Amino acid sequence: MTITERTPARAAAADAEAVRKPKRNISTFWFGLLAWIIGILFVLPVLWMVLTSFHTENDAATNPPSIAAPLTVQGYREFFNSGASPWPAIANSLTASILSTLLVLLFAIPAAYALSIRPVRKWTDVLFFFLSTKMLPVVAGLLPLYLFAQKVGLLDNIWLLIVFYTSMNLPIAVWMMRSFLAEVPVEMLEAAAVDGAGLIRSLRSVVMPVVLPGIAATSLICFIFSWNELLFARVLTATRAQTAPVFLTGFVTSQGLFLAKVCAAAVVISLPVIIAGFAAQDKLVQGLSMGAVK
Amino acid sequence: MSVAVETEAPEDRSEQPTTALRRTGDWARRAPLLPALIFTIIVTQLPFVATLVISFMNWNAYYPDERGFAGFGNFRRVFTDANMLQSVVTTIVLTVAVVIVSLVLGLVIALLLDRKFFGRGAVRTMMITPFLIVPVAAALLWKHALFNPTYGLLNGTINAIWKLFGQGNAPQPDWLTNNPLIAVEVALIWQWTPFMMLILLAGLQSRPLDVIEAARIDGATSWEIFRYMTFPHLRQYLELGGLLGSIYIVQNFDAVFTITSGGLGTANLPYTIYQVFYTAHDYGRASAAGVVVVIGTIAIATLALRTVSSLFREENAR
Repeated sequence: MTITERTPARAAAADAEAVRKPKRNISTFWFGLLAWIIGILFVLPVLWMVLTSFHTENDAATNPPSIAAPLTVQGYREFFNSGASPWPAIANSLTASILSTLLVLLFAIPAAYALSIRPVRKWTDVLFFFLSTKMLPVVAGLLPLYLFAQKVGLLDNIWLLIVFYTSMNLPIAVWMMRSFLAEVPVEMLEAAAVDGAGLIRSLRSVVMPVVLPGIAATSLICFIFSWNELLFARVLTATRAQTAPVFLTGFVTSQGLFLAKVCAAAVVISLPVIIAGFAAQDKLVQGLSMGAVK
Repeated sequence: MSVAVETEAPEDRSEQPTTALRRTGDWARRAPLLPALIFTIIVTQLPFVATLVISFMNWNAYYPDERGFAGFGNFRRVFTDANMLQSVVTTIVLTVAVVIVSLVLGLVIALLLDRKFFGRGAVRTMMITPFLIVPVAAALLWKHALFNPTYGLLNGTINAIWKLFGQGNAPQPDWLTNNPLIAVEVALIWQWTPFMMLILLAGLQSRPLDVIEAARIDGATSWEIFRYMTFPHLRQYLELGGLLGSIYIVQNFDAVFTITSGGLGTANLPYTIYQVFYTAHDYGRASAAGVVVVIGTIAIATLALRTVSSLFREENAR
């Protein structure tokens, strides 16, 4: 879809809304209520996790649940202080996620440019090749990577994860960036060229404003997928380079079951993604739907 | 692996006089593409070639002296191993159940969120939250804070309701032991419904509303509009959501690993391969199983690509 087509549709939507409004108030109320109920049901487990994380172990493990129990940060204190500190794992996850996201952008943006604004021949085939790599189960490539890492001494090394996460997210990023770059009106690029703008200048003043939200959405999604990854991190890292999800699984088994502490750990490790996701919610929605659908 | 798709790229290269010049132009255009392409080929395709080679070898890290060519032996073992076959069935059941339920739920919620109502943005935020929880954390949350038979939220709520009505002992089922696979599915459906909802919501919001309004003025009922206009428009989004979901859920490792550790008949193929490779160190057999998964996924992927390419044809036709 191009920008020019969108505006009339939006206008029509606004008109339709205006026409529809008066007679549909009652069903709107009930459908709205239903949406609220479903929304609350979906968010409830997360709220429960957060609430439990602020309870003492005794209050966390009661039946029926003690909702009004006094709040405490004991669970968090114990998560950060008992036994192995989670900070190195969190630092590893941040390093791996941020660096691989930057690498992805470095590779994906030029590639997407070559696939959209001035497309190479057979650009759809290239795009499909990228997508098809995403469709292969990673578990089938795990063993050779492990053996290779073992041979060259890269096991438990964060750089191996960075390279792997880059390859894991690159297809999605190329895919998404292509659809964002395709939104750049070619006429505007041509007009800029006629006005004597060079490549750098037209990139900066024509392409960048259109594409910047897309870059944000792409980065966000790459960051989330890298931060969440477990299987490779578990197999390819041990103690030095372990990531936050790996730490979390190890934390639970070594600590036995302390519900409040486990919930605190889950909250802390989900927090970067939740903050990023809420802050850039619209971009996330736009990015996911574009990357997936366009 | 690449799947050939017969879509013609638009030929927009025009006045380039000589072939030599055109060739330089071609390479200038391809240059920005090459780093990404070469990187992807090296990091994703080479390991698969290696997997293919190892799948025809006897290679167990515990018996380093017996390394050698195995022919189809590993594949034979994959297809005759009861555990492996069980995990194939589990993978299919898990994937189909999670995809279908989260698609249907996602559709209902997307239809609700497509309407204007008080606090729509807040409800959308609530709906997205499960998608933002780190999968391992989500799995731990379901296992310990919700499903736990003695102090999980599910049984706690049942107990609280029972007490409210002054009854005696509330039923306190052990969810994970009684229905382990369903428990894993519920946790996955909770995480994947928001994804489906997002894709379908995008589909709903790209409907041509003027046509729908015209139909309404012509006297079409809401059901007719949904059946004959919204649903056909959504079909490709439904297919795409289903196929993308399948590709991710076939590969699910985190939930199975965390919630049941593959016990009680919940081991899916990725988990089983992980075990054969990581615990049993039988590299040959793990690779053969990996190749089987790849072949299975290619079947899904081909379907997926066909769907996506039909989307492209539409984009080109506009």
